[in-house]
Amino acid sequence: MGLLDKEFTDGNIVIAKAEDLMNWARLSSLWQVSFGLACCAIEMMATSASHYDFDRFGVIPRPSPRHADIIIISGTVTLKMATRIKRLYEQMPEPKYIISMGSCSNSGGPYWEHGYHVLKGIDRVIPVDVYVPGCPPRPEALLEGLIKLQEKIRKASLVKKSA
Amino acid sequence: MKNTEEIFQLLKENFKDLNFELKTDLPVDNFIICNPLEIDKISRYLHDNPELNFDSLINLSGVDEIKNNQLSVYYHLESTSLKHKLVLKVITDRNKPEIATVTDIWKGANWHEREAYDLFGIKFLNHPDLRRILMPYDWEAGYPLRKDYENPEFYHGMKVPY
Ligand code: SF4
Repeated sequence: MGLLDKEFTDGNIVIAKAEDLMNWARLSSLWQVSFGLACCAIEMMATSASHYDFDRFGVIPRPSPRHADIIIISGTVTLKMATRIKRLYEQMPEPKYIISMGSCSNSGGPYWEHGYHVLKGIDRVIPVDVYVPGCPPRPEALLEGLIKLQEKIRKASLVKKSA
Repeated sequence: MKNTEEIFQLLKENFKDLNFELKTDLPVDNFIICNPLEIDKISRYLHDNPELNFDSLINLSGVDEIKNNQLSVYYHLESTSLKHKLVLKVITDRNKPEIATVTDIWKGANWHEREAYDLFGIKFLNHPDLRRILMPYDWEAGYPLRKDYENPEFYHGMKVPY
């Protein structure tokens, strides 16, 4: 993991950059809003179950957006739901991350043309960190999306970029 | 067990002042066309008569027949005890679509009628709670399954078209 894989010679002191420590802590316990939308949510639940075990990456579902770090938009976002998702997102504390799971949430999916009730991509409402393609994506694909997000967090910097 | 022709005869005998029409020449189940404002009384009869005993409304759905300038509703009924089925149709004017509710006969009709109202704009008279059910309550662009429906450009600041 970059932080704990070194051998320690003295007692119980670990030396790390503050930034690495923060990022490591963040990426290792991404608590998820317990929330799903359509058929993709079934695959998300399968990912949480014992066979794929989301928990080994530190992802556990939380019943309140105020406890959560990540929201997985897993399914068809109707216009009616989009206003609610925006509110959930706004209730999450910073830092917060979004995975858009599946074609529906990425771009409207099968409803892109005739779906009078569907939002054609959740990124029209809230900013997305990782897009996972598929209809629905398999659990492995969602896990890969999560690992991509972890890489993104690992590279994050506490220092504001100059120029 | 009764077939549609027999039920058609029964209806004609019992509702002498109403018009019924039996359709048998189509590649679908035979159906009976009824008066939209009297469908509640007809349904009550079909439900209560022990020889018919239609205790279950399987489905209720709207159809936009824009070529004839009419909106219609189909009722699929079943009797779980007598094992027979029946299809009814009512036709209303597209400019003033009004149909009597059957919610007090089959409770399940409540949401079906709300759906037909939501998507086709058919008003069900005396319905206890005729609100939109699928589309947002504040949807102002009209009724999406009408053939001449146009989707709006924006809803609450969100772009709607792809
Ligand atoms: S992307 Fe496919 S599987 Fe996922 S919610 Fe949409 S239709 Fe369902």
